[in-house]
Amino acid sequence: MNIAVVVRQVPDLIEPLEIAPSGTEFDFGSASFLLNESDDHALEQALLLKEAHGGHVTVVALDFGDVDNTLYTAAAKGADRIVKIARDDAPPPPRAAAVLYAEAIKPIAPELVLVGVQAHDELDGGVAPFLAAALGMPYVGVIRGVAVGAEPGAVAAFKEFPGAVMARMNVKLPAVLGILGADQPPRYVPVSRIRGAMKTTQFEESAAAAVSSEPLTAIARLYPPAAGSRAEMLSGSETEIASRIVDILAQKGLVK
Amino acid sequence: MAKDVLVLAEVYRDALADVTWELLAAGRTIASATGGQVLALVLGPNGAAHAPALGAADRIMVVDDPRLADYAPGPYVAALQEVTAAEQPRAVLLGATSIGWDVAPLLAARINAPLVTGCKEIQPEGEALRVATSFCGGKMMAEVRVDGAPAICMVLPGSFRPADAAGQAKIEPRKLPSPLEPGAVRFDGWVLPEAGDVDITQQDVLVSVGRGIQQKDNLELAENLAGALGGAVCASRPVIDQGWLPATRQVGKSGMTVKPKFYLALGISGAPEHQEGMKGADLIIAVNTDPQAPIFDIAHYGAEVDVLDLLPALTEAIEAKRG
Ligand SMILES: Cc1cc2nc3c(=O)[nH]c(=O)nc-3n(C[C@H](O)[C@H](O)[C@H](O)COP(=O)(O)OP(=O)(O)OC[C@H]3O[C@@H](n4cnc5c(N)ncnc54)[C@H](O)[C@@H]3O)c2cc1C
Repeated sequence: MNIAVVVRQVPDLIEPLEIAPSGTEFDFGSASFLLNESDDHALEQALLLKEAHGGHVTVVALDFGDVDNTLYTAAAKGADRIVKIARDDAPPPPRAAAVLYAEAIKPIAPELVLVGVQAHDELDGGVAPFLAAALGMPYVGVIRGVAVGAEPGAVAAFKEFPGAVMARMNVKLPAVLGILGADQPPRYVPVSRIRGAMKTTQFEESAAAAVSSEPLTAIARLYPPAAGSRAEMLSGSETEIASRIVDILAQKGLVK
Repeated sequence: MAKDVLVLAEVYRDALADVTWELLAAGRTIASATGGQVLALVLGPNGAAHAPALGAADRIMVVDDPRLADYAPGPYVAALQEVTAAEQPRAVLLGATSIGWDVAPLLAARINAPLVTGCKEIQPEGEALRVATSFCGGKMMAEVRVDGAPAICMVLPGSFRPADAAGQAKIEPRKLPSPLEPGAVRFDGWVLPEAGDVDITQQDVLVSVGRGIQQKDNLELAENLAGALGGAVCASRPVIDQGWLPATRQVGKSGMTVKPKFYLALGISGAPEHQEGMKGADLIIAVNTDPQAPIFDIAHYGAEVDVLDLLPALTEAIEAKRG
């Protein structure tokens, strides 16, 4: 199966996000970036399908943040082709980004496009469904696990619902799936293999299409969430905190 | 100017999604600013059966088409698009549910309408809407101004005080001009979780571990504590994704909704999707090395320490207390 996977860089949330003086965008000056978690699962799912049924995996990314590292890692894990979309600025919002990805993906003519269902810095619904619309392909998202179905030209995608329940969706290809989890956790790849991939992998550059669409929403301001009724913080050594917790539980009759 | 607000009253396995009554309440705030109505839309052959619970709406529209018996994105979006075109609402409200995550952006793409996800507050402002939305795993908020109509808003469950169920709205059966196409994505059956595991929804005490537990081997520390407390271990999504615990132990949007007497959140950031499943617990204590972690906003008590240091100390203290 010919599979395309979109991977995105997102700001690492370990460090507090800085808001630029404009108040309407982030100051990424000191931010570090990492691979969006559900995209990592999308890549893993693609590699699992390829290993089980043959085919090709092409990874597509916008040139941003620490993307080269992500792309070499993808190559080391088993991706066959890497397409990097040249760009100077930070990625546009999902809807506009989807148009860029679509332009890069069309020449690949994939049967299946896998994209993480969500990236934590998106405000307008995610790249995956907009990409499906831009490619004119059907879409279903919130998927944990994909299997090649009994029907030719189709896959079974498992859509998550509350209560650990899943709906088995029969998806005729070509299609775009919004992946939340792969059948297995994303594989680990040793640094030596990534270094090897750096030497042997050629990125294919794709020129960014001009995105002309006017944004339909405008950010008026960014702000940290108001501290609601914050937790009462317990301080001291581990032993002191442990004994305070035991007191709280004892008061409520939860340890006798 | 469009005045009405259309609410998708989503049906999941024969029941309305909990977020429905929040959507109706949010819809009322928007609609009443301009004298508009709140329209509830139910998709599916049994839709009329849910009408009595949708009294907070002014009108209840039911599209009874066999293609809508089970969820599939194609027919759902097509039906929603037909009704949106006919009613010309100012806003379309959906829950941030499994179905909402498909249908809201697909509809927005189809009709080129603005879309905002993660909505926690929605206020009309003249002809525009001002939406407060949560993103970055609950660590950042954005105030978004939406000018075009219909504004498609995906609402985070737990953001609005739910509307009452009672009311007098009448059902309007809606016929679509042509039968719905099946589409390329078809529902093919439910896969239910395997029975036999601990039912975490029935436990009084839950020791819940997140990515901060770091390694599978460390789960034993949590098991020991749960044993001392007479409770069970559950987890956030990344722990389940790693295969360290079965899916039946996941708490949150795709997992279980739990209301124990005591929920101990260990190394869990408190993303909205996790909070959705546990914020009703009587007592929440959160342990996290990041003082900015959103979990501290809903916990009653918190401690900024390493879980791996606290776990053995806490197990020991509980055992000492019990003697
Ligand atoms: C459609 C959808 C459905 C989802 N459903 C669910 C769901 O059902 N349940 C769910 O949980 N998530 C769900 N998610 C995922 C959710 O958005 C978050 O990604 C997830 O909850 C994060 O889990 P976490 O808090 O364990 O990890 P992280 O967000 O990575 O947080 C780990 C935390 O551990 C802390 N930490 C690290 N090391 C230590 C240490 N040694 N001691 C103490 N603290 C430490 C860090 O400071 C951090 O706050 C869903 C997402 C989507 C898009």
